[in-house]
Order: sequence, then C-alpha cells, then structure tokens
Amino acid sequence: MSRAGSGASPAEKPDLDWILLFAAWLITAVATAGSLFFSYVMGFAPCVLCWYQRIFLFPLVIVLARGLFPLDRAVVRYALPLATLGWLVAGYHNLVYAGVVPDRLQPCTQGVSCTEEYVELFGFLSIPMLSWLGFTALTGILLAVHRRSPK
Amino acid sequence: MKRNLFIVTCLILILGFWFGASQLKKQRAEKLGFLAQERASTFVRPHSPALGAEDAGVYLVEFTDPACETCAAFSPFVKQFMDRNPGKIRLVIRYAPFHEGSSDVVRVLEAARMQGKYWETLDLLYRSQNMWTQHHQVRLDQVWRLLPAVGLDLERLRADMRDPSITAIIGQDLADAETLGVRLTPGFFVNGTPLEPFGLEPLAALINAELSEAYPG
Repeated sequence: MSRAGSGASPAEKPDLDWILLFAAWLITAVATAGSLFFSYVMGFAPCVLCWYQRIFLFPLVIVLARGLFPLDRAVVRYALPLATLGWLVAGYHNLVYAGVVPDRLQPCTQGVSCTEEYVELFGFLSIPMLSWLGFTALTGILLAVHRRSPK
Repeated sequence: MKRNLFIVTCLILILGFWFGASQLKKQRAEKLGFLAQERASTFVRPHSPALGAEDAGVYLVEFTDPACETCAAFSPFVKQFMDRNPGKIRLVIRYAPFHEGSSDVVRVLEAARMQGKYWETLDLLYRSQNMWTQHHQVRLDQVWRLLPAVGLDLERLRADMRDPSITAIIGQDLADAETLGVRLTPGFFVNGTPLEPFGLEPLAALINAELSEAYPG
C-alpha cells in the first residue's frame, strides 16, 4: 500500500482515525436512536440514572459528527470526558440494577425506579447493560484515537 | 465518499427507527385485538365505574390519573362525544395513578362513589386540578377544601377511603394497565382498539369509525 506513492503513507493514518471516529459516532447515533425508541415508541419512562447517561450521550452525536467533517482528531478532547462520565454512570446503574448497591441509596425515589426491568435480551442484555457496553466501546475507541495522535 | 457514508448511515438509522415503530404499532394493535376477544375483562372489570347504556355499541375505556393534566383536558371532549351519541357510547373509567400521591385522590373518588357522587367529584377534580396539584405533586389538603362543593359527607368519606376494596381496585387496574401496555395517561381503548397515534382528532376518528360499524346507516 505504502508503495503507491509518497502521499499514500500520511493519507493512510488519517483514514483509520476517520473510521474509528465514524465508528464512535455510529455507536452514539444508534444508542440515541435506541433510547428514543424505547421511550417514545415503546413507551418506557426513563429513570433518573438513564437521564444522566442520556445527558452525556446525546451531545456526542453532534460533537463527533462535527469532528468527522473535516476530520479533527482534537474532537477526542471534548468527547472523551463526556464518554467517560457516561460510562461511570452506566456502571453505577448496572450495580444498582444488579442489587449490588442497595436500592435505598440511589436517587430514584421519584417517578420510575432504576431497577424497573423493561427489556432482557438473551437473558442478560438489559437496557443499563446495553448502555454500559455502548459507553465501554465508545470510550475504548476514543482512547485508541487519542493514543494514535502525535504528541 | 465519507460524506455519502455518513448521510446513508443517517438515513438507514431514521428509516430503521420509522420501520421499527410502525411494525411495533401494528403488532401491538393485533395483539390487543386478540386480547379484546380472549380477555374482554382486562378492559372492563365489574368494579369499574361506567357511564352510559350497558348495551352501547361503543365501549370507551379510559385509563386515567386524576392528577394528569391531559386527562382533565380530554374530559369535556369525552363528555361531548357521549352527549352527541346518546345511548351509543359507554365510558368506563380505569385507574392508572402514575403521579405521586394520586392513588389517594383515587381513594377520594371511590369513597365519593359510595355516596353516589362519583361523576360530580371526578368532574370537580378535573376542573379544579390546578388548585390541588403543584409541580406534579398531589396536595391532598387542597382536595379536602374543594369536596364540600359537591355535597360530600367528609367524615364518612375519610372512613370509606380506607376501605380495602379500594386498594384492590387500584391494584387490579394497575395490573391491567400493565397487561394492556398503558404507560401514559390517558390511555384510551375504543372497543379494545388502542388510540394510536394519541390525540383528540385520532380519538374522534376512532370513535366515529366504531360508531358507524356498530350502528350502520
């Protein structure tokens, strides 16, 4: 590949970065569409912890898309903190959901309980689990892009 | 190329969302149509307050929360439908007290029913809703100040509210709401068909469709 010309080698790296950021954006877009589908089509009310995860998720759809055109690796600087915080909340939510953290200690006394079970795909994929997996993949990709960028 | 990939992905996501939504809606309507025949009692329980002729051709089942603003806003229109089609529509009230504290208001309603003042009390509570709800929280003390207007014996009401039969009614209604997929109020069913999409005009269309089917010509 690199033999094609002197311009090919520098062009290869940005492409991989672009694909990684595109994948990151795709995760946020699918997750956003999914969460809106759950609440507006299936009529599940989001609990408090879900709202915090959404707060960290929704802006990423726009922020990451902005970083794709034109490719701007610095978008990781803005996206990574959001993704990390969302990942932490999702992790906490799973602990509450699994009963590791007592229900009393979590802030969901009003409205919908955060342990309310709506969906259980294949016996283990609950909504909080889907969120955590999404945030994990997203944070991983963003960290990879960050590592690849020249210091 | 990249731009196209991005645009196509966006389109796929939007189309997927739309397709999923319409499939789910169809599936739900089919499932409920089936439910309507198999288990009509899920829609109408013997304990449910009902208004209108028992042999009416159109059963309008409303899952309501007395503290729900949209339920209150729909109330005059529901009344209008019934007045325009005397004897043809039966309104059945089911409870879905999703707001915090609104089960207590359901208790007030059911206790008022024991004094034969159910519909007056429901109407009063809807009309004066902004006086006894604040930030989606029920202020029961404000409800008490309103009740004498419909001539209720408050002493008796207070005692009747604790009747365990009311607890059973609320529990059954909430269980039926779950079975029927009611997560928002008001949840309307016209002869077992859920109101989809939600709105005043779709409700009118659904009622008219069922009316012309039940009373052709």
